[in-house]
Amino acid sequence: MNWTDALQLALQALWRNRVRAMLTTLGVIIGVASVITMVSVGTGAQERIADQLASMGTNSLVVRPGSITRGGVRTGAGTTSTLNLDDAEAIADLPGVVAVSPSIRGSAQVRYRGTNWGTAVEGVTPSYIQVRSWPLATGEFFSTQHLKMAAHVCVLGQTVARELFGIADPIGETVVMKGMACRILGVLEEKGASAWGSDQDDRVFVPLTTAQRKLMGVTYIDHMEVETRGREASFRVMDEVKHLLRKRHRIAAGQPEDFRVFNRAELAQASEESARVFTWLLGSIASVSLLVGGIGIMNIMLVSVTERTREVGIRMALGARRRDILWQFLMEALVLSGAGGLLGIVLGIGSALALARFSQFPVSITPWSIAVAFLFSAMVGIFFGLHPARKASHLRPIEALRYE
Amino acid sequence: MADSPIIQIEGVHKYYAMDGVQVHALRGIDLTVRQGEFLAITGPSGSGKSTLMNIVGCLDIPDTGRYRLHGQDMTHMDTDALATLRNREIGFVFQNFNLLPRTSAVENVETPLIYAGIGKKERRLRASAILQRMDLAERLNHLPNQLSGGQQQRVAIARALVTQPSLLLADEPTGNMDSRTSHEIMDILVQLNQEEGLTVIVITHEADIANRASRRLTLRDGKLEADR
Repeated sequence: MNWTDALQLALQALWRNRVRAMLTTLGVIIGVASVITMVSVGTGAQERIADQLASMGTNSLVVRPGSITRGGVRTGAGTTSTLNLDDAEAIADLPGVVAVSPSIRGSAQVRYRGTNWGTAVEGVTPSYIQVRSWPLATGEFFSTQHLKMAAHVCVLGQTVARELFGIADPIGETVVMKGMACRILGVLEEKGASAWGSDQDDRVFVPLTTAQRKLMGVTYIDHMEVETRGREASFRVMDEVKHLLRKRHRIAAGQPEDFRVFNRAELAQASEESARVFTWLLGSIASVSLLVGGIGIMNIMLVSVTERTREVGIRMALGARRRDILWQFLMEALVLSGAGGLLGIVLGIGSALALARFSQFPVSITPWSIAVAFLFSAMVGIFFGLHPARKASHLRPIEALRYE
Repeated sequence: MADSPIIQIEGVHKYYAMDGVQVHALRGIDLTVRQGEFLAITGPSGSGKSTLMNIVGCLDIPDTGRYRLHGQDMTHMDTDALATLRNREIGFVFQNFNLLPRTSAVENVETPLIYAGIGKKERRLRASAILQRMDLAERLNHLPNQLSGGQQQRVAIARALVTQPSLLLADEPTGNMDSRTSHEIMDILVQLNQEEGLTVIVITHEADIANRASRRLTLRDGKLEADR
């Protein structure tokens, strides 16, 4: 018996019990649909997290001054002034480093005509907006020239611009902070709150040199963002940065470092890992229903084999071999699970799209989740169809013929 | 070839367990059937008729002894080889017809051809032709429950003949029929035997059915008693 004959026999048999076949298929439909929907929700969440991580700069390292021990007193992280602009420039020359953005933070009361606003002032270099992937809304960022000259220029975050200027255009206006007049070159796009809840737009940016010499009177920097070529490179660069800074700071082997290096990629990996676990969790909960659907198939196939014992006997008397009977019943299970798989894909895509439309869940339907769900349903068909089919094919013809 | 032996049974014993009690169903059967014979086997119920029929029909194998069909010993064949042998050499006609339910007459007749590996068009052609010979040309697409007993048995005979077997086994073929219909069925079997030289074995407990056979055997307590 070839497979088209087996398929035809299977379709005929299922058609004769179509209500039962449809109800059995429903189990698989729901199983496949829920796997696709849940994995789509999980993948959507995963992609949203990936987007957020990308906007944070996931391939970057953070270098901060560390703690030093003086006379037995350890001062705590970030309390020393060991990093400077030369360190930043040396790191920028390392292979695998795309850009370095050193910065120093302080606070100031920013005045404009009759109004004023207390905010953070950050001294940065022109590479800042690239490293943070933070585009400008209007105007321009300061240049290397401005940095060299410690120019009296600044760029505003959205919150500061709104508080001081309302809806007016701040470009070209002059604000005063700590007695220094600053010309406004541009306004950054809105960035929103950071992962830790602080308003990232409530900030004024000035050239690093301007902040050091004119606002704070210091020569160190207190933060350095190092953008690397990629996540793989970031781990290697991290080691090289440590090595370089130890050398530059003349730290003998065995002595504690006076700086700290953090790898953002580690954070990114942890978040992505948890999103992936989330997707797996949703997918595996949903696949339980697919499993239940498969058990439904086995149940109905076992009933069917018992009901049709006599038919099996007749077919054997007429010359059906074991594999012919096996094929016939296995094909029925496969048709049930295959049809359930296809209809489940349609229903799954439909409900994922509906969920995306009527709720705030980000949903991402991926071809692989569809393929996996369908393959899984086919496997369910084989797995749960095989036992009843084997049972049918191992009936003894004389007993099967006598079965009432 | 006309009288070469088609069936050679030597010293066949068969036991089976029924409700935990071992029954010695066949106690040493020796039987030779030649090509073109019309053999009737009679006997009271429990005499082993059905057991003998199952062995002759290659549905079951003897516990001891030897059975050769066309000179081929079937006692050591596996289930698939027996299935192929049944498909090629034996046509079955049962008392209760044993047609596949909710399956049309022509599809019932096609079924053995599926297992013989015959293509779809050829199957339909052969099945229709043989049903026509059984005067069922108008009933090709009828389901078994839309046919009378005699018609159903004619479908069953058509199904038994469609693979052109060398042996037709009929187990109480007229058991559930009125005398007119049963004569009609017997006429067909006799005609097949006389006109086409088909070897026919009929199991029956009705004397007038057995009388139409060219050779009669009686089975009693698992032994062949009268062979004349």
